[in-house]
Amino acid sequence: MILGKRKIKDLLAQILIYLCAAFSVAVLLLILCFVVKRGVKSVNWSFLTTVTSVRKQTVGIAGNILNTVLIILVSMLIATPIGVGAAIFLNEYAGKGKTVRIIEFTTEVLAGIPSIIFGLFGMLFFGETLGMGYTILTGSLTLSMMVLPLITRNTQEALKTVPDGYRSASIGLGAGKWYMIRTILIPSAMPGILTGVILSIGRIIGESAALLLTAGSAKHLPKTFLGIFDKIFQSGGTLTIQLYLSATSEGDFDTAFGIAVVLLIIVFLMNVLAKTLARKMSPTGKGR
Amino acid sequence: MSGTVKISVRDLNLYYGENHALKNINMDICEREITALIGPSGCGKSTFLKTLNRMNDLVENVRITGQICLDGQDIYDKKLDTTVLREKVGMVFQQPNPFPMSIYDNIAYGPRVHGIRDRRVLDGIVEESLKGAAIWDEVKDRLKTSALGLSGGQQQRICIARALAVKPSVLLMDEPTSALDPVSTSKIEDLMEELKKQYTIVIVTHNMQQALRVSDKTAFFLVGDMVEYADTKTLFSYPQDKRTESYITGRFG
Repeated sequence: MILGKRKIKDLLAQILIYLCAAFSVAVLLLILCFVVKRGVKSVNWSFLTTVTSVRKQTVGIAGNILNTVLIILVSMLIATPIGVGAAIFLNEYAGKGKTVRIIEFTTEVLAGIPSIIFGLFGMLFFGETLGMGYTILTGSLTLSMMVLPLITRNTQEALKTVPDGYRSASIGLGAGKWYMIRTILIPSAMPGILTGVILSIGRIIGESAALLLTAGSAKHLPKTFLGIFDKIFQSGGTLTIQLYLSATSEGDFDTAFGIAVVLLIIVFLMNVLAKTLARKMSPTGKGR
Repeated sequence: MSGTVKISVRDLNLYYGENHALKNINMDICEREITALIGPSGCGKSTFLKTLNRMNDLVENVRITGQICLDGQDIYDKKLDTTVLREKVGMVFQQPNPFPMSIYDNIAYGPRVHGIRDRRVLDGIVEESLKGAAIWDEVKDRLKTSALGLSGGQQQRICIARALAVKPSVLLMDEPTSALDPVSTSKIEDLMEELKKQYTIVIVTHNMQQALRVSDKTAFFLVGDMVEYADTKTLFSYPQDKRTESYITGRFG
Protein backbone atom coordinates (compact mmCIF):
# COMPACT_ATOMS: atom_id res chain seq x y z
CA MET A 1 0.00 0.00 0.00
CA ILE A 2 1.24 3.42 -0.99
CA LEU A 3 -0.07 5.13 2.12
CA GLY A 4 1.78 2.69 4.34
CA LYS A 5 5.03 3.23 2.46
CA ARG A 6 4.71 6.97 2.89
CA LYS A 7 4.11 6.57 6.58
CA ILE A 8 7.18 4.40 6.97
CA LYS A 9 9.28 6.96 5.11
CA ASP A 10 7.99 9.68 7.38
CA LEU A 11 8.76 7.64 10.43
CA LEU A 12 12.28 6.82 9.21
CA ALA A 13 13.03 10.46 8.46
CA GLN A 14 11.79 11.45 11.86
CA ILE A 15 13.95 8.87 13.60
CA LEU A 16 17.02 9.99 11.66
CA ILE A 17 16.43 13.62 12.53
CA TYR A 18 16.00 12.79 16.20
CA LEU A 19 19.20 10.76 16.06
CA CYS A 20 21.08 13.72 14.56
CA ALA A 21 19.87 15.95 17.36
CA ALA A 22 20.70 13.36 20.00
CA PHE A 23 24.16 12.86 18.51
CA SER A 24 25.07 16.55 18.62
CA VAL A 25 23.97 16.81 22.22
CA ALA A 26 25.78 13.61 23.07
CA VAL A 27 29.06 14.87 21.58
CA LEU A 28 28.86 18.02 23.67
CA LEU A 29 28.08 16.06 26.81
CA LEU A 30 30.86 13.59 26.10
CA ILE A 31 33.47 16.33 25.80
CA LEU A 32 32.14 18.12 28.86
CA CYS A 33 32.17 14.98 31.00
CA PHE A 34 35.59 13.92 29.78
CA VAL A 35 37.15 17.31 30.46
CA VAL A 36 35.49 17.77 33.81
CA LYS A 37 36.32 14.24 34.94
CA ARG A 38 39.99 14.62 34.12
CA GLY A 39 40.36 18.25 35.11
CA VAL A 40 38.23 18.87 38.12
CA LYS A 41 40.69 17.39 40.59
CA SER A 42 43.33 19.96 39.60
CA VAL A 43 41.05 22.91 40.20
CA ASN A 44 41.29 24.21 43.74
CA TRP A 45 41.97 27.53 45.45
CA SER A 46 45.74 27.36 45.17
CA PHE A 47 45.48 26.37 41.48
CA LEU A 48 43.57 29.60 40.85
CA THR A 49 45.63 31.91 43.03
CA THR A 50 49.27 30.85 42.66
CA VAL A 51 51.82 30.51 39.94
CA THR A 52 53.50 27.25 39.05
CA SER A 53 56.86 27.22 40.80
CA VAL A 54 59.26 24.38 41.46
CA ARG A 55 60.86 26.21 44.38
CA LYS A 56 57.55 26.90 46.16
CA GLN A 57 56.12 23.55 45.14
CA THR A 58 52.96 25.14 43.72
CA VAL A 59 50.98 24.50 40.57
CA GLY A 60 48.78 27.41 39.57
CA ILE A 61 47.47 29.55 36.78
CA ALA A 62 46.95 32.93 38.47
CA GLY A 63 49.41 34.59 36.09
CA ASN A 64 47.63 33.20 33.06
CA ILE A 65 44.28 34.36 34.37
CA LEU A 66 45.68 37.86 34.85
CA ASN A 67 47.17 37.82 31.34
CA THR A 68 43.86 36.70 29.86
CA VAL A 69 42.01 39.49 31.64
CA LEU A 70 44.57 42.07 30.53
CA ILE A 71 44.44 40.96 26.91
CA ILE A 72 40.63 41.08 26.96
CA LEU A 73 40.60 44.56 28.49
CA VAL A 74 43.22 46.10 26.24
CA SER A 75 41.84 44.49 23.06
CA MET A 76 38.29 45.58 23.81
CA LEU A 77 39.36 49.10 24.76
CA ILE A 78 40.91 49.40 21.32
CA ALA A 79 38.37 47.47 19.27
CA THR A 80 35.05 48.65 20.73
CA PRO A 81 35.27 52.39 19.95
CA ILE A 82 36.71 51.75 16.50
CA GLY A 83 34.20 49.02 15.67
CA VAL A 84 31.21 51.02 16.88
CA GLY A 85 32.50 54.13 15.13
CA ALA A 86 32.93 52.23 11.87
CA ALA A 87 29.40 50.84 12.13
CA ILE A 88 27.97 54.31 12.75
CA PHE A 89 29.89 55.65 9.78
CA LEU A 90 28.69 52.86 7.49
CA ASN A 91 25.08 53.11 8.58
CA GLU A 92 24.51 56.78 9.23
CA TYR A 93 27.00 58.75 7.18
CA ALA A 94 28.22 56.79 4.20
CA GLY A 95 24.99 56.43 2.24
CA LYS A 96 24.59 53.45 -0.05
CA GLY A 97 27.44 53.91 -2.50
CA LYS A 98 30.04 51.53 -3.84
CA THR A 99 32.56 52.41 -1.13
CA VAL A 100 30.23 51.13 1.58
CA ARG A 101 29.71 47.84 -0.22
CA ILE A 102 33.46 47.43 -0.58
CA ILE A 103 34.02 48.19 3.10
CA GLU A 104 31.26 45.81 4.15
CA PHE A 105 32.69 43.08 1.93
CA THR A 106 36.16 43.67 3.36
CA THR A 107 34.80 43.44 6.89
CA GLU A 108 33.23 40.11 6.11
CA VAL A 109 36.42 38.78 4.56
CA LEU A 110 38.36 40.03 7.57
CA ALA A 111 36.05 38.00 9.80
CA GLY A 112 36.87 34.82 7.90
CA ILE A 113 40.67 35.08 7.91
CA PRO A 114 42.35 32.35 9.96
CA SER A 115 43.59 33.84 13.20
CA ILE A 116 47.15 32.67 12.73
CA ILE A 117 47.45 35.06 9.78
CA PHE A 118 46.54 37.92 12.08
CA GLY A 119 49.20 36.53 14.41
CA LEU A 120 51.82 36.46 11.69
CA PHE A 121 51.01 40.03 10.71
CA GLY A 122 50.95 41.20 14.33
CA MET A 123 54.25 39.55 15.08
CA LEU A 124 56.01 41.21 12.17
CA PHE A 125 54.24 44.58 12.15
CA PHE A 126 53.61 45.40 15.82
CA GLY A 127 56.35 43.17 17.21
CA GLU A 128 59.20 43.79 14.78
CA THR A 129 58.48 46.92 12.77
CA LEU A 130 57.05 48.92 15.68
CA GLY A 131 59.45 47.24 18.07
CA MET A 132 56.93 46.08 20.67
CA GLY A 133 58.27 42.54 20.80
CA TYR A 134 56.39 39.68 22.46
CA THR A 135 54.10 41.63 24.76
CA ILE A 136 50.51 41.67 25.90
CA LEU A 137 50.14 44.93 23.98
CA THR A 138 51.26 43.30 20.73
CA GLY A 139 48.82 40.47 21.32
CA SER A 140 46.00 42.85 22.17
CA LEU A 141 46.55 45.01 19.08
CA THR A 142 46.53 41.89 16.94
CA LEU A 143 43.39 40.50 18.53
CA SER A 144 41.61 43.83 18.37
CA MET A 145 42.01 43.70 14.59
CA MET A 146 40.68 40.17 14.62
CA VAL A 147 37.49 41.00 16.56
CA LEU A 148 36.80 44.34 14.88
CA PRO A 149 34.43 42.81 12.29
CA LEU A 150 32.40 41.14 15.03
CA ILE A 151 31.75 44.44 16.75
CA THR A 152 31.13 46.35 13.55
CA ARG A 153 28.71 43.79 12.14
CA ASN A 154 26.71 43.44 15.34
CA THR A 155 26.50 47.19 15.85
CA GLN A 156 25.44 47.67 12.23
CA GLU A 157 22.70 45.08 12.54
CA ALA A 158 21.48 46.78 15.70
CA LEU A 159 21.51 50.22 14.05
CA LYS A 160 19.49 48.87 11.14
CA THR A 161 16.69 47.86 13.49
CA VAL A 162 16.39 51.34 15.03
CA PRO A 163 13.18 52.76 13.50
CA ASP A 164 13.68 55.71 11.15
CA GLY A 165 10.94 57.46 13.10
CA TYR A 166 13.38 57.95 15.98
CA ARG A 167 15.88 59.59 13.68
CA SER A 168 13.41 61.98 12.09
CA ALA A 169 11.76 62.82 15.42
CA SER A 170 15.12 63.78 16.89
CA ILE A 171 16.22 65.79 13.85
CA GLY A 172 12.74 67.36 13.74
CA LEU A 173 13.24 68.69 17.26
CA GLY A 174 16.34 70.49 16.09
CA ALA A 175 18.96 67.97 17.16
CA GLY A 176 22.17 67.82 15.18
CA LYS A 177 23.18 64.49 13.69
CA TRP A 178 25.81 63.64 16.28
CA TYR A 179 23.47 64.60 19.13
CA MET A 180 20.84 62.30 17.63
CA ILE A 181 23.36 59.46 17.32
CA ARG A 182 24.59 59.96 20.87
CA THR A 183 21.20 60.23 22.57
CA ILE A 184 19.02 57.95 20.45
CA LEU A 185 20.96 55.57 18.23
CA ILE A 186 23.74 54.40 20.53
CA PRO A 187 21.40 53.69 23.47
CA SER A 188 18.98 51.85 21.16
CA ALA A 189 21.80 49.85 19.62
CA MET A 190 23.37 49.03 22.98
CA PRO A 191 22.13 45.41 23.15
CA GLY A 192 23.71 44.77 19.73
CA ILE A 193 26.94 46.48 20.70
CA LEU A 194 27.12 44.39 23.85
CA THR A 195 26.44 41.21 21.91
CA GLY A 196 29.38 42.08 19.67
CA VAL A 197 31.59 42.82 22.67
CA ILE A 198 30.71 39.56 24.40
CA LEU A 199 31.18 37.47 21.26
CA SER A 200 34.55 39.18 20.83
CA ILE A 201 35.57 38.43 24.40
CA GLY A 202 34.59 34.83 23.75
CA ARG A 203 36.87 34.69 20.72
CA ILE A 204 39.72 36.28 22.62
CA ILE A 205 39.39 33.77 25.45
CA GLY A 206 39.51 30.92 22.97
CA GLU A 207 42.32 32.32 20.83
CA SER A 208 45.71 30.67 20.91
CA ALA A 209 47.40 30.65 17.50
CA ALA A 210 47.56 34.42 17.07
CA LEU A 211 48.72 34.94 20.66
CA LEU A 212 51.44 32.33 20.45
CA LEU A 213 53.08 34.51 17.79
CA THR A 214 52.56 37.85 19.51
CA ALA A 215 52.08 37.80 23.28
CA GLY A 216 54.51 35.11 24.34
CA SER A 217 53.99 32.69 27.20
CA ALA A 218 55.24 34.23 30.48
CA LYS A 219 53.17 33.18 33.48
CA HIS A 220 54.61 34.98 36.49
CA LEU A 221 52.59 37.49 38.51
CA PRO A 222 53.73 41.11 38.90
CA LYS A 223 55.38 41.88 42.24
CA THR A 224 53.28 44.95 43.03
CA PHE A 225 49.77 46.10 42.20
CA LEU A 226 50.98 48.78 39.79
CA GLY A 227 53.09 46.10 38.16
CA ILE A 228 49.85 44.97 36.53
CA PHE A 229 50.11 47.93 34.18
CA ASP A 230 53.75 47.17 33.41
CA LYS A 231 52.64 43.68 32.44
CA ILE A 232 50.97 45.17 29.37
CA PHE A 233 54.42 45.86 27.98
CA GLN A 234 55.78 42.45 28.93
CA SER A 235 55.32 38.95 27.62
CA GLY A 236 52.28 37.08 28.93
CA GLY A 237 50.61 33.79 28.10
CA THR A 238 46.85 33.41 28.38
CA LEU A 239 45.01 30.36 29.68
CA THR A 240 44.79 28.77 26.25
CA ILE A 241 48.51 29.30 25.65
CA GLN A 242 49.33 27.64 28.96
CA LEU A 243 46.95 24.82 28.13
CA TYR A 244 48.83 24.26 24.88
CA LEU A 245 52.21 24.35 26.60
CA SER A 246 51.07 22.07 29.42
CA ALA A 247 49.69 19.54 26.99
CA THR A 248 52.74 19.59 24.71
CA SER A 249 56.21 20.57 25.84
CA GLU A 250 55.51 20.34 29.59
CA GLY A 251 53.53 17.10 29.33
CA ASP A 252 51.48 18.09 32.38
CA PHE A 253 47.98 16.93 31.52
CA ASP A 254 46.56 17.59 34.97
CA THR A 255 47.19 21.31 34.54
CA ALA A 256 45.98 21.23 30.94
CA PHE A 257 42.65 19.71 31.90
CA GLY A 258 42.38 21.99 34.93
CA ILE A 259 42.69 24.97 32.63
CA ALA A 260 40.13 23.42 30.31
CA VAL A 261 37.63 23.22 33.15
CA VAL A 262 38.28 26.86 34.07
CA LEU A 263 37.81 27.92 30.42
CA LEU A 264 34.54 26.02 30.15
CA ILE A 265 33.22 27.74 33.25
CA ILE A 266 34.23 31.14 31.90
CA VAL A 267 32.56 30.50 28.54
CA PHE A 268 29.40 29.37 30.31
CA LEU A 269 29.36 32.49 32.47
CA MET A 270 29.93 34.70 29.43
CA ASN A 271 26.88 33.20 27.77
CA VAL A 272 24.71 33.78 30.82
CA LEU A 273 26.01 37.35 31.04
CA ALA A 274 25.27 37.99 27.37
CA LYS A 275 21.71 36.81 27.71
CA THR A 276 21.08 38.79 30.88
CA LEU A 277 22.55 41.99 29.49
CA ALA A 278 20.66 41.75 26.23
CA ARG A 279 17.44 41.39 28.18
CA LYS A 280 18.21 44.24 30.58
CA MET A 281 19.32 46.64 27.89
CA SER A 282 16.54 46.17 25.38
CA PRO A 283 14.65 49.48 25.01
CA THR A 284 11.40 48.38 26.61
CA GLY A 285 13.22 46.75 29.47
CA LYS A 286 11.12 43.64 29.02
CA GLY A 287 13.37 41.64 26.74
CA ARG A 288 12.43 40.38 23.33
CA MET B 1 -8.38 85.38 2.78
CA SER B 2 -7.80 86.88 6.19
CA GLY B 3 -5.20 86.84 8.95
CA THR B 4 -1.52 87.66 9.11
CA VAL B 5 0.73 85.67 6.80
CA LYS B 6 3.02 83.38 8.80
CA ILE B 7 4.66 81.43 6.01
CA SER B 8 4.86 82.58 2.45
CA VAL B 9 5.89 80.20 -0.30
CA ARG B 10 7.04 81.63 -3.65
CA ASP B 11 7.73 79.66 -6.84
CA LEU B 12 8.75 76.57 -4.93
CA ASN B 13 10.08 73.70 -7.03
CA LEU B 14 11.46 70.48 -5.67
CA TYR B 15 13.23 67.70 -7.56
CA TYR B 16 14.12 64.21 -6.37
CA GLY B 17 16.87 63.58 -8.89
CA GLU B 18 15.06 63.79 -12.23
CA ASN B 19 11.63 63.64 -10.68
CA HIS B 20 9.92 67.04 -10.48
CA ALA B 21 7.97 66.48 -7.27
CA LEU B 22 6.69 69.99 -6.52
CA LYS B 23 5.89 72.41 -9.32
CA ASN B 24 5.78 76.15 -8.83
CA ILE B 25 3.98 76.25 -5.54
CA ASN B 26 2.80 79.68 -4.34
CA MET B 27 0.99 79.82 -1.06
CA ASP B 28 0.45 82.02 1.99
CA ILE B 29 -0.16 80.23 5.26
CA CYS B 30 -1.89 82.36 7.89
CA GLU B 31 -1.02 82.70 11.52
CA ARG B 32 -3.15 80.83 14.09
CA GLU B 33 -5.10 78.93 11.49
CA ILE B 34 -5.20 75.31 10.50
CA THR B 35 -4.22 74.73 6.91
CA ALA B 36 -4.97 71.30 5.51
CA LEU B 37 -3.10 69.74 2.59
CA ILE B 38 -5.12 67.10 0.78
CA GLY B 39 -4.63 65.01 -2.33
CA PRO B 40 -4.07 61.43 -3.46
CA SER B 41 -0.94 59.47 -2.49
CA GLY B 42 2.18 60.68 -4.18
CA CYS B 43 0.75 64.12 -4.94
CA GLY B 44 3.53 65.89 -3.06
CA LYS B 45 1.61 67.08 -0.02
CA SER B 46 3.92 65.40 2.50
CA THR B 47 6.96 66.49 0.53
CA PHE B 48 5.66 70.04 0.63
CA LEU B 49 5.07 69.82 4.39
CA LYS B 50 8.65 68.70 4.91
CA THR B 51 10.03 71.67 2.99
CA LEU B 52 8.58 73.91 5.71
CA ASN B 53 11.09 72.75 8.33
CA ARG B 54 13.69 71.48 5.88
CA MET B 55 13.30 67.82 6.77
CA ASN B 56 13.98 67.18 3.09
CA ASP B 57 17.58 68.16 3.73
CA LEU B 58 18.06 64.59 4.97
CA VAL B 59 17.05 63.03 1.66
CA GLU B 60 19.72 62.50 -0.94
CA ASN B 61 19.51 64.08 -4.39
CA VAL B 62 16.96 66.70 -3.44
CA ARG B 63 17.11 70.06 -5.20
CA ILE B 64 14.91 72.94 -4.18
CA THR B 65 14.39 76.29 -5.93
CA GLY B 66 12.18 79.21 -4.96
CA GLN B 67 11.63 80.81 -1.61
CA ILE B 68 9.91 80.02 1.67
CA CYS B 69 9.72 82.80 4.24
CA LEU B 70 8.81 82.29 7.86
CA ASP B 71 7.97 85.59 9.54
CA GLY B 72 9.58 87.29 6.57
CA GLN B 73 12.85 85.36 6.85
CA ASP B 74 14.03 83.06 4.08
CA ILE B 75 14.37 79.61 5.64
CA TYR B 76 16.57 78.34 2.81
CA ASP B 77 19.10 81.09 3.47
CA LYS B 78 22.55 79.43 3.59
CA LYS B 79 23.35 81.15 6.86
CA LEU B 80 20.22 79.86 8.57
CA ASP B 81 20.72 77.32 11.35
CA THR B 82 18.26 74.44 10.90
CA THR B 83 18.33 73.88 14.66
CA VAL B 84 16.80 77.32 15.17
CA LEU B 85 14.32 76.77 12.34
CA ARG B 86 13.14 73.47 13.82
CA GLU B 87 12.78 75.14 17.20
CA LYS B 88 10.21 77.43 15.54
CA VAL B 89 8.61 74.82 13.32
CA GLY B 90 7.78 71.62 15.15
CA MET B 91 6.68 68.37 13.54
CA VAL B 92 4.39 65.46 14.37
CA PHE B 93 4.69 62.33 12.27
CA GLN B 94 2.29 59.78 10.87
CA GLN B 95 3.43 56.92 13.07
CA PRO B 96 3.55 57.83 16.75
CA ASN B 97 7.30 57.73 17.38
CA PRO B 98 8.07 58.35 21.03
CA PHE B 99 11.69 57.58 21.89
CA PRO B 100 12.37 54.42 23.90
CA MET B 101 12.76 56.39 27.11
CA SER B 102 10.56 57.66 29.92
CA ILE B 103 7.67 60.01 29.22
CA TYR B 104 9.56 62.76 31.02
CA ASP B 105 12.73 62.29 28.97
CA ASN B 106 10.71 62.26 25.75
CA ILE B 107 9.24 65.67 26.49
CA ALA B 108 12.51 67.06 27.84
CA TYR B 109 14.43 65.87 24.78
CA GLY B 110 13.78 68.98 22.68
CA PRO B 111 14.52 71.51 25.43
CA ARG B 112 17.73 69.60 26.19
CA VAL B 113 18.74 69.80 22.54
CA HIS B 114 18.42 73.54 22.86
CA GLY B 115 20.60 73.62 25.94
CA ILE B 116 18.14 73.69 28.83
CA ARG B 117 19.58 71.64 31.70
CA ASP B 118 18.03 73.16 34.83
CA ARG B 119 15.86 70.50 36.43
CA ARG B 120 13.19 72.92 37.66
CA VAL B 121 12.86 74.63 34.29
CA LEU B 122 12.54 71.22 32.61
CA ASP B 123 9.91 70.10 35.14
CA GLY B 124 7.89 73.19 34.28
CA ILE B 125 8.20 72.66 30.53
CA VAL B 126 7.25 68.99 30.80
CA GLU B 127 4.10 69.74 32.78
CA GLU B 128 3.11 72.67 30.57
CA SER B 129 3.65 70.69 27.34
CA LEU B 130 1.76 67.62 28.56
CA LYS B 131 -1.11 69.87 29.61
CA GLY B 132 -0.95 71.60 26.24
CA ALA B 133 -1.30 68.23 24.53
CA ALA B 134 -4.19 67.25 26.82
CA ILE B 135 -2.48 64.20 28.25
CA TRP B 136 -1.18 65.48 31.59
CA ASP B 137 -3.95 63.92 33.63
CA GLU B 138 -3.40 60.52 32.06
CA VAL B 139 0.35 60.36 32.64
CA LYS B 140 1.21 62.69 35.51
CA ASP B 141 1.67 59.77 37.93
CA ARG B 142 3.98 57.82 35.68
CA LEU B 143 6.30 60.33 34.09
CA LYS B 144 9.26 58.06 34.78
CA THR B 145 7.83 55.03 33.00
CA SER B 146 8.56 54.19 29.38
CA ALA B 147 6.51 56.08 26.79
CA LEU B 148 6.34 52.86 24.77
CA GLY B 149 3.90 51.42 27.30
CA LEU B 150 1.18 53.90 26.29
CA SER B 151 -1.58 53.32 23.73
CA GLY B 152 -1.13 54.59 20.15
CA GLY B 153 -3.37 57.58 20.73
CA GLN B 154 -1.58 58.50 23.94
CA GLN B 155 1.78 58.07 22.23
CA GLN B 156 0.73 60.48 19.51
CA ARG B 157 -0.28 63.07 22.10
CA ILE B 158 3.10 62.52 23.79
CA CYS B 159 4.68 63.28 20.41
CA ILE B 160 2.60 66.45 20.14
CA ALA B 161 3.66 67.42 23.68
CA ARG B 162 7.26 66.69 22.73
CA ALA B 163 6.94 69.03 19.76
CA LEU B 164 5.30 71.73 21.92
CA ALA B 165 8.09 71.53 24.49
CA VAL B 166 10.51 73.50 22.30
CA LYS B 167 7.89 76.27 22.08
CA PRO B 168 7.45 76.42 18.33
CA SER B 169 5.12 78.85 16.63
CA VAL B 170 4.28 76.51 13.76
CA LEU B 171 3.25 72.87 14.07
CA LEU B 172 3.49 70.56 11.06
CA MET B 173 1.41 67.40 11.27
CA ASP B 174 1.93 64.62 8.74
CA GLU B 175 -1.26 62.52 8.80
CA PRO B 176 -1.18 62.54 12.60
CA THR B 177 -4.27 60.35 13.02
CA SER B 178 -3.98 57.87 10.18
CA ALA B 179 -2.53 55.21 12.50
CA LEU B 180 -5.11 55.80 15.24
CA ASP B 181 -8.58 54.58 16.13
CA PRO B 182 -11.62 56.92 15.86
CA VAL B 183 -11.72 57.83 19.56
CA SER B 184 -8.05 58.80 19.65
CA THR B 185 -8.54 60.63 16.36
CA SER B 186 -11.32 62.78 17.71
CA LYS B 187 -9.26 63.57 20.81
CA ILE B 188 -6.45 64.80 18.61
CA GLU B 189 -8.82 66.81 16.45
CA ASP B 190 -10.24 68.53 19.56
CA LEU B 191 -6.70 69.19 20.66
CA MET B 192 -5.85 70.83 17.33
CA GLU B 193 -8.84 73.14 17.75
CA GLU B 194 -7.36 74.17 21.10
CA LEU B 195 -3.80 74.45 19.81
CA LYS B 196 -4.65 76.78 16.97
CA LYS B 197 -5.28 79.58 19.49
CA GLN B 198 -1.52 79.68 19.94
CA TYR B 199 0.00 77.90 16.99
CA THR B 200 -0.10 77.96 13.24
CA ILE B 201 -0.87 74.42 12.15
CA VAL B 202 -0.30 72.77 8.79
CA ILE B 203 -1.74 69.29 8.53
CA VAL B 204 -1.44 66.69 5.79
CA THR B 205 -4.43 64.40 5.74
CA HIS B 206 -5.81 61.61 3.63
CA ASN B 207 -9.15 62.05 5.24
CA MET B 208 -11.26 64.74 3.58
CA GLN B 209 -13.80 64.69 6.39
CA GLN B 210 -11.00 65.53 8.75
CA ALA B 211 -9.87 68.46 6.60
CA LEU B 212 -13.44 69.71 6.54
CA ARG B 213 -13.82 69.29 10.31
CA VAL B 214 -10.64 70.90 11.53
CA SER B 215 -9.14 73.23 8.96
CA ASP B 216 -9.67 76.86 8.08
CA LYS B 217 -8.04 76.63 4.68
CA THR B 218 -7.40 73.71 2.42
CA ALA B 219 -4.95 73.19 -0.40
CA PHE B 220 -5.49 70.44 -2.95
CA PHE B 221 -2.38 68.87 -4.46
CA LEU B 222 -2.18 66.67 -7.54
CA VAL B 223 1.02 65.19 -9.03
CA GLY B 224 3.18 68.01 -7.72
CA ASP B 225 0.83 70.86 -8.56
CA MET B 226 -1.14 72.83 -6.07
CA VAL B 227 -4.43 72.79 -7.94
CA GLU B 228 -6.53 74.86 -5.63
CA TYR B 229 -6.18 76.69 -2.33
CA ALA B 230 -9.09 78.35 -0.58
CA ASP B 231 -11.13 78.62 2.59
CA THR B 232 -12.03 75.06 3.50
CA LYS B 233 -15.79 75.63 3.26
CA THR B 234 -15.46 77.33 -0.10
CA LEU B 235 -13.17 74.64 -1.48
CA PHE B 236 -15.45 71.82 -0.46
CA SER B 237 -18.70 73.59 -1.44
CA TYR B 238 -17.69 75.45 -4.58
CA PRO B 239 -14.51 73.93 -5.98
CA GLN B 240 -13.25 76.11 -8.82
CA ASP B 241 -11.28 73.40 -10.59
CA LYS B 242 -12.79 70.31 -12.22
CA ARG B 243 -10.03 68.10 -10.74
CA THR B 244 -10.69 69.34 -7.20
CA GLU B 245 -14.35 68.61 -7.67
CA SER B 246 -13.75 65.07 -8.87
CA TYR B 247 -11.36 64.40 -6.00
CA ILE B 248 -13.57 65.68 -3.21
CA THR B 249 -16.61 63.94 -4.59
CA GLY B 250 -14.61 60.74 -4.47
CA ARG B 251 -14.17 60.06 -8.15
CA PHE B 252 -10.47 59.24 -7.72
CA GLY B 253 -7.73 59.19 -5.10
